[in-house]
Amino acid sequence: MEPILTARGLVKRYGRVTALDNADFDLYPGEILAVIGDNGAGKSSLIKAISGAIRPDEGEIRLEGKPVSFSSPMEAREAGIETVYQNLALSPALSIADNMFLGREIRRSGPLGQFFRMLDRPKMEKIAREKLSELGLMTIQNINQAVETLSGGQRQGVAVARAAAFGSKLVIMDEPTAALGVKESRKVLELILDVRRRGLPIVLISHNMPHVFEVADRIHIHRLGKRLCVINPKDYTMSDAVAFMTGAKVPPEAMAAA
Amino acid sequence: MASIQEFEKVLDKSDTAVASFEDRSTLRRVQHFLHSTPAAVPAIVLVLSIIVFGVLKGERFFSANTLTLILQQIAVVGILGAAQTLVILTAGIDLSIGVIMVISAVAMGNFAVTYGLPSPIAIGMGLGVGAACGLLNGLLVAKLKLPPFIVTLGTWYIVMATNFIYSANETIRRADIETAAPFLGFFGQSFKIGSAVFTFGVIAMVLLVLVLWYALNHTAWGRHLYAVGDDPEAAKLSGIRVDRVLIGTYALAGLIAAIAAWVSIGRNGSISPSWAVTDYNLQAITAAVIGGISLFGGRGSILGTLIGAMIVGVVSMGLNMMGADPQWKVFLTGVLIITAVAIDQWIRKVAG
Repeated sequence: MEPILTARGLVKRYGRVTALDNADFDLYPGEILAVIGDNGAGKSSLIKAISGAIRPDEGEIRLEGKPVSFSSPMEAREAGIETVYQNLALSPALSIADNMFLGREIRRSGPLGQFFRMLDRPKMEKIAREKLSELGLMTIQNINQAVETLSGGQRQGVAVARAAAFGSKLVIMDEPTAALGVKESRKVLELILDVRRRGLPIVLISHNMPHVFEVADRIHIHRLGKRLCVINPKDYTMSDAVAFMTGAKVPPEAMAAA
Repeated sequence: MASIQEFEKVLDKSDTAVASFEDRSTLRRVQHFLHSTPAAVPAIVLVLSIIVFGVLKGERFFSANTLTLILQQIAVVGILGAAQTLVILTAGIDLSIGVIMVISAVAMGNFAVTYGLPSPIAIGMGLGVGAACGLLNGLLVAKLKLPPFIVTLGTWYIVMATNFIYSANETIRRADIETAAPFLGFFGQSFKIGSAVFTFGVIAMVLLVLVLWYALNHTAWGRHLYAVGDDPEAAKLSGIRVDRVLIGTYALAGLIAAIAAWVSIGRNGSISPSWAVTDYNLQAITAAVIGGISLFGGRGSILGTLIGAMIVGVVSMGLNMMGADPQWKVFLTGVLIITAVAIDQWIRKVAG
């Protein structure tokens, strides 16, 4: 099977600090790939390079085999890569529907849209409602309520629904459960599995080992700016993973190439 | 379905109503209503103050003539308040808005009367001066990332000084304007419906606010403006060009200030550079704040600003008719500002 996204030899330096040191990355269709690593291992830089937030100094990123180079998150989004940021990137005072379409609003057809630039609210609300329903989030009653009136888990739900609605190639999720309680985390994990079921591959960045081992198909372990190894969560334990990522244990040679 | 973690198994028996909303007390309902209808509080205050003065002064206050006179008095501040509202919605502030208006008026007068250009061209030049001043503010805020308060404090002084140096503080007299460029006084003309008197300036204020209300609520531009004021980082990650929105907003505010200049020429008849010492900027901020525009950005309706300006107009007219010391108007304005901000804070708590 061909990977949907590959990165080879990514290098990113900040002054004298090398955040990415010849890092590789592969994401296959339909999988949940977890990315774990100690603080400062460079996983944020890796994700930012893929999502267009930073431009690597060296290296190549290919999306479906074609080389891509993003100079902004917008370009990555246009290529079908959606990111759910840790801070969610939602505008609290705006409604759920407005947030879902922020930056890609739909205008009315005809002169109302053309000359008066009128938004097509009914259409946007309808789509927003459909997308939330698809992910079983219609406990959110009113699509026009402000996002700030939602709970943390519901907000996460809106952000995930937005990414799933517009992401055509893959969705990146940065610490989606970090700020949530037990029950809300559970909801979000189910959401992630729902998104995969609908055929979208997911890159999941998380520090939460139980969550990673529960939902991930493969785990990319990042260490000292590069990919140390990729493991199958069924073959290794959480303590193995932690040992690899902190350098307490060296992964078997064969794994390093995978 | 994911295999549930050991420690989560107990959740089966727990309350499953994670996402539902608890029944709210009446107070919470009120808070929610005000949260979703930001112009409601000022509207209630406006109606109450009209009723209070109506009861105290009866027929004289409650006449169409008096009420429309109030509108004429607030036209200039209402338009400036609309400009200020746009800037405040982006979590900024424009202290220079008043002097931008004055320098635009002085430019219009000089181009038309002193240099003898046709009125429409002179007005166009004045609008250009206003927009250029606003553009400067926008560039400094968006590109140099300086705090809006500091930028516009600086341009306030710069524009004010430029105004005095350029004009040599010479007033352009009403008679000169009327003979050389009567079109400059266009917004001072009025028509009557019964005993109600409407100037074109009042009509311009109402139309402008309605157009801006539409743009803010029903176009992507407006949603982006709110998003930028609400959380610029989130707006940026959503693909909004925050710089462009900011520059455009400040420039538009400058342009609207120049429209206020044209209206004020109609209202005053003459053009005096010494208007620059009037606290128009603070009056515009006052109208916006009393109208429920949050100084933290991203919240409030521009209709509120119009109502806020009306509240100040009603209170000052009412106190005036009762023969009160004019300082009481100033006093009450202060009370209204503090009350409005306190209510804003309370409404915002709904988020918690």
